[in-house]
Amino acid sequence: MAKAIDIFTPRVSRASLTPWLRRILFYAALFILWQVIALSGIWPDYLFPGPFAVLSAIIAGFGSGLYLQAIGVSLSRLAIGYGISLVVGLVLGLLIGRNRILEETVGSLILGLQALPSVCWLPLAILWLGLSEQAIIFVVIMGALFSITLGVDAGVKNTNPIYLKAARNMGARNVALYAQVILPAALPAIINGLKQGWTFAWRSLMAGELIFFTLSLGNLLQTGRDLNDASQVMSVMVVIIIIGVAIDVLIFGPIERSVRERWGLNR
Amino acid sequence: MSHQVTLSETRNESGSDRGTGSFGGISLQIENVSKVFAGRAGNVEALRPVNLNVEAGEFVTLLGPSGCGKSTLLSIIAGLETATTGSVMADTRKVQGPGTDRVLLFQEAALFPWLDVQHNIEFGLRQLGTPAGERRALARRFLEMVHLQGFERSYVHQLSGGMRQRVAIARALAINPAVLLMDEPFGALDALTRDRLHAELESIWSSTRKTVLFVTHNVREAVALGDRVLVFSPRPGRIVREFRINLPRPRSLEDHSLVDESAEILTVLRDAIGNDELEAENG
Ligand SMILES: Nc1ncnc2c1ncn2[C@@H]1O[C@H](COP(=O)(O)OP(=O)(O)O)[C@@H](O)[C@H]1O
Ligand SMILES: [Mg+2]
Repeated sequence: MAKAIDIFTPRVSRASLTPWLRRILFYAALFILWQVIALSGIWPDYLFPGPFAVLSAIIAGFGSGLYLQAIGVSLSRLAIGYGISLVVGLVLGLLIGRNRILEETVGSLILGLQALPSVCWLPLAILWLGLSEQAIIFVVIMGALFSITLGVDAGVKNTNPIYLKAARNMGARNVALYAQVILPAALPAIINGLKQGWTFAWRSLMAGELIFFTLSLGNLLQTGRDLNDASQVMSVMVVIIIIGVAIDVLIFGPIERSVRERWGLNR
Repeated sequence: MSHQVTLSETRNESGSDRGTGSFGGISLQIENVSKVFAGRAGNVEALRPVNLNVEAGEFVTLLGPSGCGKSTLLSIIAGLETATTGSVMADTRKVQGPGTDRVLLFQEAALFPWLDVQHNIEFGLRQLGTPAGERRALARRFLEMVHLQGFERSYVHQLSGGMRQRVAIARALAINPAVLLMDEPFGALDALTRDRLHAELESIWSSTRKTVLFVTHNVREAVALGDRVLVFSPRPGRIVREFRINLPRPRSLEDHSLVDESAEILTVLRDAIGNDELEAENG
């Protein structure tokens, strides 16, 4: 008995602890290296600030309320753009996935547009819409829409036809067939599309905001440069990383995990 | 249910007195049904014209080598596939598409992995607009019938192959179809599980008197379950032999007369269609 406990308990806890320990050590080392380089004076402070300068810039940024305001602006743009992409992408993906003619026409167009980095839409968006909210949301939509559409399309096409047969046999038709069978059956692939869409949307939003004058995360990067203040630039970069990771971990992580668990895809 | 037929009676009456109750099976008339699949590499003739009458409440097994068109025939009867020629009458109505009076069960069970067991069973009822409370009660009843109470919240991947088939049977029974079309439903199961499910299916059938068309390529399974065994030729499939099985129910696969009858049928088949793809054993 005692022997069994000896063998198993420490091994389990060691296995789950060491990756964290290694990670903490790694970041601590990075932090120290960064500080050493900053202190060595190879580059001036305003070009290569140390970690403490960046940390205090973050604290100051949040303290003045500036960062929170910028985060609010950027996230609301993201939410609007992504929300529109989600609705349009779901409908478009379903149509393309279920209709051969739409697949051959609209589907091929979307596949082509997907190859275009969405920032490339920015000049056109500004020509059409000016340096406006609409222009930047347009770019966010172009970032997310095609990935979501193609994810839904792939999910619908790869659905085992036996589910459709069984559902039709049990009386499912039209809207019920889409809502209760086709969409949920495609969910694992749809989630991949949603994740990729979010990544693209976030990137194109940041790129777009760089050239806009209203307060936003991307704009804070740009003003930091204008002020020759590298610690502000770095502090905003850190904030952007944290938001990105947080959305991945807090929103997409749990959704993905729950679907994988339900379907038993973890084996 | 006063109409309950005793097991001994079941055997010798070939169903003529069964269709009177408000529940139970309906008859099927399959007339000249053939199927040609048009493909890029030319046409595939899957079924030669098939004629078949199934009485209400009868248990018919279809036996044939793989690829001979058995699944195609069931799909046509289910209304999921259209026949190239001929027609199917379910009771007095012509089959024009899928309907909840005829439910198809597949070898892979085809349960929805995004729903738990309970909601899988409720699926057909939900399409019919059955209220939630009633759905739950019915799901519970049929889950008990297949001996799976306590698994309401399980997901498909947490169930064994045999359990999945049980859920699929419960899901089909929940919408109270008159005809069960079973397409090698136990083909992927081990012998022991298959045995148990034979017994359960036989008892469900004898208590509900539904019409069952059961496809298999296992001779003994066909003999163990059917009132009649219809033998298909290799593709393009057509019915080449018909055996009436007069063994008493409930039947056991180990039963000597059943083993003998299976062996006899197998010998006849080897001579008749020259095919040794058919399985003699159970599993
Ligand atoms: N959708 C389809 N398109 C083309 N050929 C098909 C299709 N479905 C089945 N077939 C062909 O029809 C024949 C009979 O198939 P099937 O009914 O599945 O046979 P069985 O169930 O007896 O094994 C096979 O040769 C198969 O390849
Ligand atoms: Mg088949």
